[in-house]
Amino acid sequence: MKILVAIKRVPDAETTIKVNPEGTGIVNAGVKWVVNPFCEIAIEEALKIKETKGDVEVVLVTVGRSESQEQLRTGLAMGADRAILVTAENLDTTGVSRVLAKIVEKESPDVVFLGKQAIDDDSNEVGQMLAQRLGWAQACYISEFNMADDAKSAQVVREIDGGMRTDKVMLPAIITADLRLNEPRYASLPGIMKARKKPLEEIDGASLGVDLEPKIIIKSMAPPPARAAGRLVESVDELINALKNEAKVL
Amino acid sequence: MRSIYETPDRKVFQQTIAKFVASEITPYVDEWDEAGEIPWELHAKAGALGIYGLGIDEAYGGLGFDDCFMRVIIGVEVARCGAGGVGAALGGCNIMTGPLQALASEEIKRKTLPAIMAGREGGALCITEPSGGSDVANMETHAVRDGDDFVINGSKTFITGGMRAKHFVVGARTGGPGLDGISLFYVEKGAPGFTQTALAKKMGWWASDTATLYFEDVRVPASDMIGQENMGFLAIMNNFNLERVGLIATALGCSKLCLSESIRYAQERHTFGKPLIKHQVIRHKIAEMSSRIDALETYLNQIAWMVNEDEMPVAEICKAKFFGTQVYEYCAREALQIFGGAGYLRGTPVERLYREVRVVAIGGGSEEIMRDLAVRQMGL
Ligand SMILES: Cc1cc2nc3c(=O)[nH]c(=O)nc-3n(C[C@H](O)[C@H](O)[C@H](O)COP(=O)(O)OP(=O)(O)OC[C@H]3O[C@@H](n4cnc5c(N)ncnc54)[C@H](O)[C@@H]3O)c2cc1C
Repeated sequence: MKILVAIKRVPDAETTIKVNPEGTGIVNAGVKWVVNPFCEIAIEEALKIKETKGDVEVVLVTVGRSESQEQLRTGLAMGADRAILVTAENLDTTGVSRVLAKIVEKESPDVVFLGKQAIDDDSNEVGQMLAQRLGWAQACYISEFNMADDAKSAQVVREIDGGMRTDKVMLPAIITADLRLNEPRYASLPGIMKARKKPLEEIDGASLGVDLEPKIIIKSMAPPPARAAGRLVESVDELINALKNEAKVL
Repeated sequence: MRSIYETPDRKVFQQTIAKFVASEITPYVDEWDEAGEIPWELHAKAGALGIYGLGIDEAYGGLGFDDCFMRVIIGVEVARCGAGGVGAALGGCNIMTGPLQALASEEIKRKTLPAIMAGREGGALCITEPSGGSDVANMETHAVRDGDDFVINGSKTFITGGMRAKHFVVGARTGGPGLDGISLFYVEKGAPGFTQTALAKKMGWWASDTATLYFEDVRVPASDMIGQENMGFLAIMNNFNLERVGLIATALGCSKLCLSESIRYAQERHTFGKPLIKHQVIRHKIAEMSSRIDALETYLNQIAWMVNEDEMPVAEICKAKFFGTQVYEYCAREALQIFGGAGYLRGTPVERLYREVRVVAIGGGSEEIMRDLAVRQMGL
């Protein structure tokens, strides 16, 4: 069996993000880059399946600049078998999903895992678009995944508004991981050393023959407005008045 | 600062350790420090990440390679949890596995290393005695040959992990006075005549157990001697090099935490109508701390490179140790000044960082001894 896991390089959640002076993106300098936390969960789930089912190849793929190799190496150190880096810049979600569809065609995996969204752009689109392009089933926001013994289907628990839903999905399918699916393991030092010998294939995005032109153009980006300082009030009446007439929350 | 020695492997390893420390250690250090110990299971988790395995053969559960930069990463990142005692309790055994790997018999290696590597059992290095720690050549604990055995008598003190460890590497006199008469032995917890007493309350490193050990006619087979008879002093001195690299890394990690805590607080705290960070005096403190940290980091990287090249830079390690602990001392002092009264309260990292400067400046070779050794290395 083959599992493909698509991952993304994103700024660490702890990093202070600054918008560039043109207001079109963020300042990359000084940013610490990590594997998107939801993608890490996706990798972990694939590795768990590998551990329980045995004969499973876990292949990682990412689309981005060559620096994204670092995140692929982290995934290989966690235990994935090989990795594919598709080099391309300034793609939007449509472009990424087109590239991934090509890779799925080439690799024909039995199931594709992704994070439910990336913590940088919060688009929450790539998994869904990929399913659409392939004509596959999708099960998004998964908090439990159990593959059937014949590997023809899987039972999943999806986190939906106000509750949980259990579905059976036919494989191959697109699965996107939610926070509670598992706790990802660390990339251990023995794992890091083993990862050295694992293949990391680089493919030029332009060579795939898909439309990479972004269909969404970022017009402007701005940090959230700075929070105004708090204010001490003299009386309860003044507080109620302020909540009613200034904050308009009462 | 970006280092020319950075490699993808080192970067991933640094991120792994940083993440492990931030999620599994830092949130609990106050609790563990007050309790005086860390949960033993933490050793197994750390062992699985590979923090005990550098320089140890794969046959004994080690990694089968060494990289001084990775040793530095472990020291720096673990120190950033802000509680030196947690680091000492977790990583203290790293100072005794080197002699086992290099010099112990196959049987002892099999008995000790796999269990230590996996974090199941602890180890301690026993050099310092009640009569003194600096003057290693004049240690008084002695071992006398009796048939196929050696009989050890004497005591050791300030031994990190002395209460909880199972495996002990012990220095003892087997020959005449001075440095030519010392050998190393393996002693196991529970050996008849071998007892431990916990040391009284310490200034810092609370989470790390420290003990005085007593040897009363402790009988060990001659095969439990580690290395050659009367060659122990050299083994101890060689071992000190990497222990000191670890302590320099600890000083660097602590200094970095002093700086990041200072910056965080100086941005939040307002005095005289503006954030502390906008006052020039405070800005200069930040600049000074940061420059000294950069200097220490660069120095340590150069040392790590030489160690990897098999050119153990003994003098530089000595110099960097006292230089490093002084950087840490300076940063802890300035951090506490920036925090003001708040830094004097238990529960803020800078309070503990300040309290734990001295153990790094004394343990593993005091500043005075480091200076002396550095100058001796110059042939003076
Ligand atoms: C928390 C803690 C944990 C420790 N863990 C271990 C451990 O696991 N294993 C172990 O073996 N030891 C351990 N030590 C002991 C440590 O290595 C010794 O404390 C250190 O080597 C100094 O020895 P001493 O305390 O006996 O001081 P002394 O040797 O008595 O020296 C006292 C002072 O005099 C100075 N001095 C000594 N000789 C000279 C000289 N010739 N010229 C100028 N100044 C001099 C020293 O620098 C020091 O400031 C630990 C210590 C502490 C505090």
